[in-house]
Amino acid sequence: MHVTHVLAVAIGQQVVPARAQMATTLGFHIILACFGIAFPTVVLVTEFRGLSRSDDVAMLLARRWSQVLGVLVAVGAVTGTMLSFEMGLLWPGLMRTYGAVLGVPFGFEGIFFFLEAIFTGIYLYGWQRLPGWIHFYTGIPIAITGLGGAVAVMAANSWMNQPGGFTLSHGKVVSVDPWQVFFNKATVYETPHMILAAYMVVGFLVAAVYAAGIARGHRDRYHRLGFGIPFTIAAILTPVQIFVGDTAARAIAAQQPVKFAAIEYVTRTGRDVSEYLGGFYVNGKVYFGLRIPYADSLLVGFKPSTKVTGLDSVAPALRPPAITLIHLSFDAMIGLAFLLLLAGLWALWTWRRRHGLPRQRWFWWLAIACGPAALAAMECGWIVTEVGRQPWVVYQLMTTSQAATTNGGVIDSLTAVIILYAVLGVATLTILRMLARRWRRGPQAEPEAGVPYGPPAEHHEPTDREPA
Amino acid sequence: MIVDVVGGILLAGLTLYAALGGADFGGGLWDLLAGGDRRGRAPRQLIDDTITPVWEANHVWLIFILVIFWTAFPPAFAAVMTAAALPLWLAAFGIVLRGAGFAFRKEVEALHWQRLFGAAFAFSSLIVPFFMGTVIGAIASGRVPAGLARTDLAVWTGPTSLLIGALFVAVCAYLAAVFLTQEASRRGDDRLRRYFAQRAAVAGAVSGALALATLVEIHSSNPALFHGLTHRGLALVIVSAACGLAVIGLLATGRSQALRPLSVLGVAAVVWAGAWPSTRRCCPAPA
Repeated sequence: MHVTHVLAVAIGQQVVPARAQMATTLGFHIILACFGIAFPTVVLVTEFRGLSRSDDVAMLLARRWSQVLGVLVAVGAVTGTMLSFEMGLLWPGLMRTYGAVLGVPFGFEGIFFFLEAIFTGIYLYGWQRLPGWIHFYTGIPIAITGLGGAVAVMAANSWMNQPGGFTLSHGKVVSVDPWQVFFNKATVYETPHMILAAYMVVGFLVAAVYAAGIARGHRDRYHRLGFGIPFTIAAILTPVQIFVGDTAARAIAAQQPVKFAAIEYVTRTGRDVSEYLGGFYVNGKVYFGLRIPYADSLLVGFKPSTKVTGLDSVAPALRPPAITLIHLSFDAMIGLAFLLLLAGLWALWTWRRRHGLPRQRWFWWLAIACGPAALAAMECGWIVTEVGRQPWVVYQLMTTSQAATTNGGVIDSLTAVIILYAVLGVATLTILRMLARRWRRGPQAEPEAGVPYGPPAEHHEPTDREPA
Repeated sequence: MIVDVVGGILLAGLTLYAALGGADFGGGLWDLLAGGDRRGRAPRQLIDDTITPVWEANHVWLIFILVIFWTAFPPAFAAVMTAAALPLWLAAFGIVLRGAGFAFRKEVEALHWQRLFGAAFAFSSLIVPFFMGTVIGAIASGRVPAGLARTDLAVWTGPTSLLIGALFVAVCAYLAAVFLTQEASRRGDDRLRRYFAQRAAVAGAVSGALALATLVEIHSSNPALFHGLTHRGLALVIVSAACGLAVIGLLATGRSQALRPLSVLGVAAVVWAGAWPSTRRCCPAPA
């Protein structure tokens, strides 16, 4: 008895650092994954414009962006591999039971990424070697396989929220229905939600870079196009995303009522449930929140009498931790989504009036903010869905504690990961800034056939423009 | 029957990763040993050119191996991932450093940045195959307990593990040197061809010696595997040795045709001889 108790405590201690490590690595990788999913489309739209209108500025942008894409896909490939390792290293309990099920979507993801890697290679090295339209067509498979990979990974994640498609006998999976695993009940809304998020993150982030240039007075065509193409794509998708997100929230209210209760601070099951904006949740009470009577019931079922399940429907041990974090992340995501919508509407209004980009300085500050805002909204969404699913790793079938590794020392790998990823993040941003600086020096600073490696020391000009 | 099919797919993945991914790792090793900026410039440029378009695709075989392993043999996967956690963590960190270092190196202009990222790429090219080898060694010597144990140094620091770790490094170096010899020859660069031919011969000899030592060690650490290698797998072991000798012979006579297929076949034969009985014996049937 004593031994099992000690063991349970010891295992429990690994769950928190293991979750923190998964959150760190996934939160980092998802940014790169967004670029893998959506950036090829943005690059291709730009290249299409360049080819069809013989637009040299668009071609230059497309070529430079594809260089950025190459760097980000490479970093994403290895941070994605880290996640494959972590599936086993952090969650052997999950893989021992459900490995055969999770193999289905991850197997497809592997195939899609394999194709994406091959076509990215062809596309990047085809810039100087393939004729225009042929080069453009080699890029199409990158965009398609990127979407395919996203669908596969989201199938795995949504399966953890709505598991199905397998038969369990004596704690072992005895048969798997790949179709049902892949297209589980949560896939229909989680997958489009993430794909749209990827397009918004990439669109608003890339646009923000050029918005910064415009805000500093570079209102040339290069900056206007560099802003306009990604911003238009992201802004058009924003209202679609708000609709999909709203549908997803209602589906979660039906499929994972406890997660929804945490999101909306619903303490007790009942009708006429109020909605809270902001606020902190302590011991079943909401502090400093703005309460809107009936709004939550209205949002869930379109009438005040709609019954909403509360946290009291399950024992305290089966409620998610950090309910305040879940709620505030959700509110932040929604708030930021409307900020992004506002930016899009502003640009649309100006465009309708005088067929140009806004002149107000305020707009460009807002457009710069839209990049980090889209990123933050996406990360908040992941916090909501992942923390909100706790204590389950596979909803109502396996707890995260049961899945976690029995090894000690997760705190050490967590520390190592934080240091490594901090360095990786800083290095990636530094490299991108260096690229931008090189581009600003003009086309002559841009060698056609890649940067030659390792020039003899004496031929190397001493540089004073090194990043700090 | 299904075990055979899945085991066969896993084996195909292992072979492709060993041959293609292995050569990429080996490229990093030769980058590490290429010397100073001036002396190492030409070999590093050739290594960079050869790896750049293919390393991401070659790298995906590792992801396939992991996914097929956990899909087909979930309990064995969980057991290995728990008992040999430390070398697997080190390999995973190495993979991140390696890919990022390689991608960043070509984007930076300043020499000291190229050196820094190049060092990250080259050094992790050494540690990743080594630690992966120790994990394979742990499996081969039967030190991975069934079920979820705790990680233990004894699992992966036995003589078999260390020998297989060293063997992996040597084989990567051998494959890369052979591939680079052929590439230099294709480009008509005779200096680089000789440079890598020498190194390929040395790495081939070292690989052969380490393979023999591993075989001797396996005789005591895993008699069943030794029996498999010297009976059912004997033909494959002989094929591998013959391929290795043929490659060294070709290199010594300055020829570079058929180098690549011969070296790949030599490595593939060892993978088949060693891994085929292991996948069937070590991994319980999929439930």
